[in-house]
Amino acid sequence: MSADNTKKKKARGNAQYKTDRVITPRERAMNIFIFILLFLVALTMVFPLVYMVLTSFMTKNQILSGRLTLIPNPVLIGKYSEVLSKGQFISGVINTIKVEIPVLLIGGFTSSLAAFAFAKMEFRGKDKFFLALLATIMIPFAVVMIPQYVLFTKLGWTNSLLPLIIPGLFGNVSMIFFLRQNLYSIPSDLMDAAKLDGCTYFGTYWRVFLPLMKGALGTQLMLWFMGIWNDYLAPTIFLRSEANWTLQVVIRSFNSYYAIQSDYALIMAASVIAMIPTLLLFFVFQRMIIESIAISGIK
Amino acid sequence: MAGSKKVKVKMSQMAKREERWAWLFIAPPFIGFMCFMAYPIVFALIVSCSRWTGINSLWGNLVGLRNYIEIFQDAKFWKAMVTTIIYMIGIPIGMILGMTIAMGLNRGIPGKRLLTTMYYVPVVSSLVAVSILWAWVFNYDYGLLNGIYKALTGAHGPNWLGDEHMIKVSMIIFMVWKGLGSSIILYLAGLQNIPRDYYEAAEIDGASGWQRFRNITLPLLSPVTFYILITSLIGGFQVFVEVQVMAASGGPNYSAATVVFYLYEKAFTNGQLGYGSAIAVILAIIIFMITALNFWGQNKWVNTDI
Repeated sequence: MSADNTKKKKARGNAQYKTDRVITPRERAMNIFIFILLFLVALTMVFPLVYMVLTSFMTKNQILSGRLTLIPNPVLIGKYSEVLSKGQFISGVINTIKVEIPVLLIGGFTSSLAAFAFAKMEFRGKDKFFLALLATIMIPFAVVMIPQYVLFTKLGWTNSLLPLIIPGLFGNVSMIFFLRQNLYSIPSDLMDAAKLDGCTYFGTYWRVFLPLMKGALGTQLMLWFMGIWNDYLAPTIFLRSEANWTLQVVIRSFNSYYAIQSDYALIMAASVIAMIPTLLLFFVFQRMIIESIAISGIK
Repeated sequence: MAGSKKVKVKMSQMAKREERWAWLFIAPPFIGFMCFMAYPIVFALIVSCSRWTGINSLWGNLVGLRNYIEIFQDAKFWKAMVTTIIYMIGIPIGMILGMTIAMGLNRGIPGKRLLTTMYYVPVVSSLVAVSILWAWVFNYDYGLLNGIYKALTGAHGPNWLGDEHMIKVSMIIFMVWKGLGSSIILYLAGLQNIPRDYYEAAEIDGASGWQRFRNITLPLLSPVTFYILITSLIGGFQVFVEVQVMAASGGPNYSAATVVFYLYEKAFTNGQLGYGSAIAVILAIIIFMITALNFWGQNKWVNTDI
């Protein structure tokens, strides 16, 4: 008992505040047990996705054998080339990219410029404008999709990708919110200094603050990229002609079409390819992405 | 601060210039807000009081509140509403699992980052793709779940997506799986915000593990719990994609259909834009009330003094 106490005191003397608790063997055993438990849960979570990849390599005979098999035998990679040789799939990828590029470039610009104005400039009605924008986050898409559909039809946009591109060009409210938050942590002295140097307001944004918010902007653009990539509801409603379908609409139509033929390997291969870009981004930038999600809960 | 008056006059000219530039800078998102949010909402309110199909005349087919009265007597609407609420059973399940797993991760165990990544992968995966995947996992004859079931018991497993009740269970399982990672991350961030001394002080006072959880962890996590609850409720009322992919016709006896699924069908399959808009307005009112609850509840029972 007393030995334990002195140990603790010694540890405290090390001034290592966070690790001043000494881990007892019992606690260590407990930690190992918990790790195994959590690892099993994690495996269960990931397993369906692994199974998805495994299925995509299986032959139809194996899939429809009626017995549970996990390892593809023989390993069939032909389904991937079959998916990639389908014009519809490729055009889905191209259409999605055609939406991503203008929206991220121009929308990223308008969002960061507005965030800069909200965080660093003084003007009347600032809070009211910001609240009005913030209200947009709370309005679900389902509520405005009918009028938007009517509007886009009237404008003659539903035979193109414009319904997905144009609204994005005006900026993204959650992005404005996060960038504004980020700009608050940058000292406003820079603003005054730029003013004294005769820098224009746009110049101050472009040359001083934009480089400073690069990191936050990058994270937000990444999340937006994923959102557009995975979007399904808006494209299904607004895109009338098949030639304009984005990737998610295409793989969903693959699902209904090839399920009738029981070609599950092809469906899974198409879905796997469709998931790769967002998963890659997530694996590379997971620390930034997870951090920005965690902040949204604490704030 | 001598000559501050002079500076003030100058400043106000500068301030005016600054203001004009600022308004210009916030103009794009604001114009977007007016065109794609404010105007559609007003328009939806008008359309919801009509029998408009998009082809006939809107102003010639105004019917007052008749759509709303019909919706309240519409058995199919109520069925979809009840299903939507039943799906929300997944919210507390996900919250309890998320909190438990986050507490495990927060003990300083090895491999925390790897585990977090694994939990989070379903969250960043495309909803369409994983819905397709789970439709395959739930497949009655060849799916993974029934394969495991058969290997273990020798009997044929349940008809996950083909049975009126099982399909709800299947959807809840799927939604918990898809969303668990984000509650884990939010709880983990919340836990890391709780100062260690609180636990040490409690330990010295001889508080048991359960008491520490009940009196420190749970109250200090209440803002996170509340945040997850509100966002999940709002999201829960908008479930659509997973239903359309896994049960394209709304499932056996329309048992899987949600409110948004019904709204979509009415507006875009049947062309009843008026009726669909009325459902959309009801949805907006529900979500507005949840948001109001958010502001009210935050002051009422969320413990924020850390």
